[in-house]
Amino acid sequence: MSAAGYSELMARRAEIMKSAVQIDYDQFESGSIAFDFEGMMEKVGYSLEEIKEIQESTGVGNTPLYELKNLTALCRKTAEKGKGARIFLKDEAANPSGSFKARRAAVSVYHAKKLGYKGVIAATSGNYGAAVASQAAMLGLKCIIVQECYDSEHKGQPEIIEKARKCEAYGAEVVQLSVGPELFFSFLQLLEETGYFNASLYTPFGIAGVETLGYELSAQMKEKIGRNPDAVVVTTAGGGNVTGTARGLIKADALETEVIGASVDLKGLHMASDGQFNLKSFTTGHTGFGIPFATNPDRSDVPRSAGRPLRYMDRYVTVHQGEVFYMTEALAQIEGLERGPAGNVSLAAAFSIAREMNKDQVIVVQETEYTGAGKHIQPQLSFARENGIEIRFGNPEEEIPGKSIILPEDPSMIRAVDLDLDKIRLSYIRNCLASLGNEEEATEEDIHYMAEECRIGTDKVKKMIDSLEGR
Amino acid sequence: MKAVKGDWVRIHKIILSSAQRAPQVPEDTKQVPLEMWDKGFLVNSSAVVGDEVEVETIIGRRLTGDMIEINPQFDHAWGNCIPEILQIGRQVRSILAEEAE
Repeated sequence: MSAAGYSELMARRAEIMKSAVQIDYDQFESGSIAFDFEGMMEKVGYSLEEIKEIQESTGVGNTPLYELKNLTALCRKTAEKGKGARIFLKDEAANPSGSFKARRAAVSVYHAKKLGYKGVIAATSGNYGAAVASQAAMLGLKCIIVQECYDSEHKGQPEIIEKARKCEAYGAEVVQLSVGPELFFSFLQLLEETGYFNASLYTPFGIAGVETLGYELSAQMKEKIGRNPDAVVVTTAGGGNVTGTARGLIKADALETEVIGASVDLKGLHMASDGQFNLKSFTTGHTGFGIPFATNPDRSDVPRSAGRPLRYMDRYVTVHQGEVFYMTEALAQIEGLERGPAGNVSLAAAFSIAREMNKDQVIVVQETEYTGAGKHIQPQLSFARENGIEIRFGNPEEEIPGKSIILPEDPSMIRAVDLDLDKIRLSYIRNCLASLGNEEEATEEDIHYMAEECRIGTDKVKKMIDSLEGR
Repeated sequence: MKAVKGDWVRIHKIILSSAQRAPQVPEDTKQVPLEMWDKGFLVNSSAVVGDEVEVETIIGRRLTGDMIEINPQFDHAWGNCIPEILQIGRQVRSILAEEAE
């Protein structure tokens, strides 16, 4: 590949994407910062009823919801008297491909088939690849998954390799790449070569597919306790999970339910670094995705991402890797549910947040994922130890991403840390303004849009703009 | 070891050399090429590991690369024993038992 070939292909990006998703994003654009998000969701997505039908036809959704009575009891042991909310868990591992991502894939693959595409492509190292491969197998479409898998020493996280195995089990071709953002370049090449549909994680189809999760969750809680839960904790990476779940809750009229995003704290590790790639013990659900996507949702593989977490998060917390591994093992040991660690990010956060809440309150962990060889705490911790990461019991607050994984000495030490949402909003606004020319001012429409995106008033947006120096 | 036409093999290819890497990648990543691995049925009549070959992937796509493995295996596993994990269940069970007393 010549350097010219690289830039030529990147220059055709918009054209390739247009034929690979068939959404005319221009129709929602206003020409500056603002764009018509709701219009996009309505015009090119599907209604909740349609999505339910699409998902039911391939066995997706209607997953069970359990009350975690023993974990609730354990939580109350570590809480003040009268504190310790009831913890429930929506078991998304029960989906055909083993995670909530089947909900996203079901709609994208259905849509691709409806439009007459022969195959689908998705760029992902995670559960979404398996979900797309599984749905493509059911609907008889070909499937390519492009995965960032190895460092320059050809060493890969057992978790990522397991996901490649699962994709291949469903008949997909898995293109594995070494570390780097140029994965997008290979992805474009494949879209152009095959003419397949871009089953992107971030189209309105994918995000609308998650709405059934929030909707079901509300219905199941009403059946169990006669009302909506007080809080729902959602593992946050690219923002699609929180967006879809919250929209589903809103559609179910669960307007009082607090939506809490949770990510694993991987502060200090560069996501595109070859040397640091295998020092992370989480390949998804971490701040390396969570923060960039919250502050700049449109950094995805489609012109406008339908996953817009700041619109929906009431609160955003981080947990440490050691806390998630601890809770994953506790879930197996006292609840009899052996599930993969990535989905348990929100479980660790919920265990901590439940302690702040009253006994008569209810918190729901919105997701689990399947586990197995490679995708289990033992191989992940084993890989970490082989890579020189210190693993010990202690105070999780002392954990340094890439250097140590500290399992809490006692479950009372599991503490979700609140992120300052205003700081994240400010970064979001800074990124929006950077998309304008230096001399250009944000219009009133832009300010309204940013206010909606950040769930704050226009006055606050204006104040934040004023606080940004150098503009 | 020799592979013949139709054998399932794994190939490796350099997609971008170190000099062709995107400007935004960190220094350590810039030092190394962007590599690719894929699998397919051998199209050439025969080849040995290290040969440049053509393969047809599982979905029927043709591509070339250096053959690195015949009948490629997954080598991920449950990992080595991490004794610390064994303590977690004991601890949470004992805390719950205290409550029952």
